[in-house]
Amino acid sequence: MDAFGLDLIRRIREHPLYQLTVTRLREFYREPEAVFWVYVFPLLMTVGLGIAFRTEPVTTLVVDVVRGGNIQGVTERLRTAHEQSDQPYLRAFRFRIVENDLNIALTRLRVGKTDLVIERQAAPELDQNRTIFHFDPTRKDSLLARVVAQVALYGDHTHWIGNTSDVTQSGKGGRYIDFLIPGLVGMNLLAGGLWGIGYVAVELRVRKLLKRLLATPMRKWQFLLALLLSRFIFTVTEVVLLLLFAWLFFDVSIFGSYLAVAVLLVLGGWSFSGLGLLVASRARTLEAISGLINLVTLPMWLLSGVFFSYERFPEVLHPLIRLLPLTSFNDALRGVMLEGQCLLNLSWEIGNLILWGLVSFVLALRWFRWQ
Amino acid sequence: MAEAAYVIECRGLRKVYPGNPPVEAVCGIDFLVRRGTCVGLLGPNGAGKTTTLEILEGLLKPTDGEVRVLGGTWDSDELRLRRRIGVSLQETRLADRLTPRETLHLFRSFYGCGPSVEELLLLVGLEDKADAYIRNLSGGQKQRLAIACALVGEPELIFLDEPTTGLDPQSRRQVWSIIRNLREQGRTVVLSTHYMEEAEQLCDYVAIIDRGVVIAEGPPVSLVAELGGDHVIEIAIEQGNPDPAQIESLPGVRDVGQFRGLLQLTVTDPQLALEALLHYMRQNGVVAATLRARHASLEDVFLRLTGRTLEEETPNL
Repeated sequence: MDAFGLDLIRRIREHPLYQLTVTRLREFYREPEAVFWVYVFPLLMTVGLGIAFRTEPVTTLVVDVVRGGNIQGVTERLRTAHEQSDQPYLRAFRFRIVENDLNIALTRLRVGKTDLVIERQAAPELDQNRTIFHFDPTRKDSLLARVVAQVALYGDHTHWIGNTSDVTQSGKGGRYIDFLIPGLVGMNLLAGGLWGIGYVAVELRVRKLLKRLLATPMRKWQFLLALLLSRFIFTVTEVVLLLLFAWLFFDVSIFGSYLAVAVLLVLGGWSFSGLGLLVASRARTLEAISGLINLVTLPMWLLSGVFFSYERFPEVLHPLIRLLPLTSFNDALRGVMLEGQCLLNLSWEIGNLILWGLVSFVLALRWFRWQ
Repeated sequence: MAEAAYVIECRGLRKVYPGNPPVEAVCGIDFLVRRGTCVGLLGPNGAGKTTTLEILEGLLKPTDGEVRVLGGTWDSDELRLRRRIGVSLQETRLADRLTPRETLHLFRSFYGCGPSVEELLLLVGLEDKADAYIRNLSGGQKQRLAIACALVGEPELIFLDEPTTGLDPQSRRQVWSIIRNLREQGRTVVLSTHYMEEAEQLCDYVAIIDRGVVIAEGPPVSLVAELGGDHVIEIAIEQGNPDPAQIESLPGVRDVGQFRGLLQLTVTDPQLALEALLHYMRQNGVVAATLRARHASLEDVFLRLTGRTLEEETPNL
């Protein structure tokens, strides 16, 4: 390169604009956390949401067939509907069939777990059984299931219409807002445990206040219990406000017992506090604890059914997703709030929450760095 | 049970921080503190003062060595010892949005005895600031609050880690007067400092620490006396080549040292020595840029022992 070129390069390198830009770049890539959040995290989010909202070549419709009566023929027809050659558009649909008692099936319809409930009733005046479709006309999938099921069962022979009747139900429990509110409660509890306990503990450690308290006759268990109690007071207020707001402005109501909801809130709050303490047990800097908290919370916000049901993820992942504590909490709270289930029916979820809480607390207390 | 004469006895204290390479912060310190005295750990930054104090306070485990505090050990007597000692750490940031009154109430709840919050506030002169947020206090006020927190349980043994570092001279004097009061009440105070003036003003006994070992100890007066004279003459040479050996033989001069172009004379009789020195300089064509005569201090002791001043960081080994 000639002298002029070298001189130009030198002058660029010595230019403040060049130096300022390069300095910023160095500061950025020498902080691995920043690189993770800027480059890796959006890709992971894309993969996760892409899997959840992938388009499938066939549309699956969930149908609950009510037990009792002659239902053998009905389930068989629905199951093989897509193979019927005379109705080519049926090939775009698959029915997932669940046999249930009527009241359970109707609850599932109300909360959106099933799209259609089919009931067979003896109709002596017709000399055969009548088919009753229960569906929710405000939900597209439910409407679609009603129409497609009719065709699957009877073809387009309109003279059968007299043998069927419709019962529609719609309303509270099955709307998106009904689904969303328990998820938001779970998200709040998790964030409260991790930021309100984990971050606060690390901040006290960084300020050396923890060490100063340790130099007094203060008992460690009193300190930790106080941390939990104060968090508990914040959380109760926060959640009660959220539920009250949802009830007043969106008519979201609790179908199960208030006591069961309260028990779940205490259990969830306690379990997530343990998680917060565990995450905080070793961290020495505020940067480290923020990174750890994000690492724990963000995947659960995506996977555990906060904003959308984890049913959207492939079925092979469901057992793993159900192991996450936020999934258990959300499932249990939705079970009580929307379906009116009692806690005994939710033993898996409750057991999982207790296990997470216990393991977290034991490990956190063993590893906790007081200085 | 008769109280032992020593409230702190430690022998062969060592602390090695793991790392690559491991750092030996304290390398074999023996240390005795007599009841009712004020003892100072004097040394430059990084000498191992804080590590030593935190071991004595039971906040750090020593790698090696034996520590007895108030006749007990941290392993077997922790709660009893905690109730009887008071601690002020280096750079603890108390909660910004609490007031001194609230903070003292919190600390008081751990002890269940001792002076009232009002008495404590009065003791450290914070009664006017009792209800202000801590973040609005000055450095000196925060430090006095930290000392008040150390006094909450009416401790007989008080540890103060660098109680006046970073304070202006007036605040420093306020803290000094609080510490003097404590000693007059018969309590034992152990403090660390890198200000020689502070050690001279407050302490009955000083251990000078450098690089993790005690290099000299005793009452400040006798440490200074060991220099051989209680005055120091410092000359910065501008012109000429004085011979240290010749100067040392001048009347009234005990010792001559040279530090960075500064000639330092330890003298027993300043008037005699100055006359002889000025005569010598005139005869040998030595011109001084500055010439200063003063009382000898612990600073001079440290300088003579290490060749460095207390204000300097300990160089890496």
